[in-house]
Amino acid sequence: MKVNIKYFAAIREGLGKSGEQVQTDATTLAMLRDELIARGGAYAEVLSRGRAVRVALNQVMCKEELQLVDGCELAFFPPVTGG
Amino acid sequence: MVVSWLSSHRSLAAEMTNRVSIQTADFDLSVETAALRAQDSRVGAVCAFVGTVRDRNDGQSVRAMELEHYPGMTEKAIEAMIDEALKRFDIYAARVIHRVGLLQPLDQIVLVLVTSAHRGQSFLACEFLMDYLKTQAPFWKKEQTPSGERWVDARVSDDQALKRWGIGSDNLTGAG
Repeated sequence: MKVNIKYFAAIREGLGKSGEQVQTDATTLAMLRDELIARGGAYAEVLSRGRAVRVALNQVMCKEELQLVDGCELAFFPPVTGG
Repeated sequence: MVVSWLSSHRSLAAEMTNRVSIQTADFDLSVETAALRAQDSRVGAVCAFVGTVRDRNDGQSVRAMELEHYPGMTEKAIEAMIDEALKRFDIYAARVIHRVGLLQPLDQIVLVLVTSAHRGQSFLACEFLMDYLKTQAPFWKKEQTPSGERWVDARVSDDQALKRWGIGSDNLTGAG
């Protein structure tokens, strides 16, 4: 399936891009994150399991166990610091 | 803007009033207060929180701050918070304005405004909305300091503040 990924803040900066569309066989957000980490380089660093990374599916913050759906929008970002 | 013949139709007027604004422009507390309580004689209390940019953070001076957000999700998340506040507290209306872009010390960043019949519910809802916003709304601050730029770290105390309301937040403390 195809998914649209957005990156924000330090993750966006680390990857040098604000988003991308990927073709994936991953069925959950966690699996997709692992696929991205497996690319190595900046991906392995900014999405590392040792880091606090928050995820959102279709613009709602969620757990990584959630299922991906074709054409969905997901986002990876650091803990939020507004207000 | 709401035209004059609508002023006696509270529900319709309220629907037309914007509850959430994400903007680069500054805001005026007096103007927002007047708009939120306009024509609503049930209101006996208005509670406002205004967050401003400090010139110091974590032991360093801050020259400026860049606010990034997730367009679309930010508005949705704050709308959901206001819906939750309207369910939990006996309040009439709420308004949230959050600025984005480049801000300087002394600038206003965020406004939370709540109306109710008596002060207690407005105070509570105002604090609830800020606790929620701090940990659930997708904003990120980047500070400019004399030693360079740095992303602001989330605080454990903000997650703990939201837990007071019986809501688990794993903004910072959740599994990576």
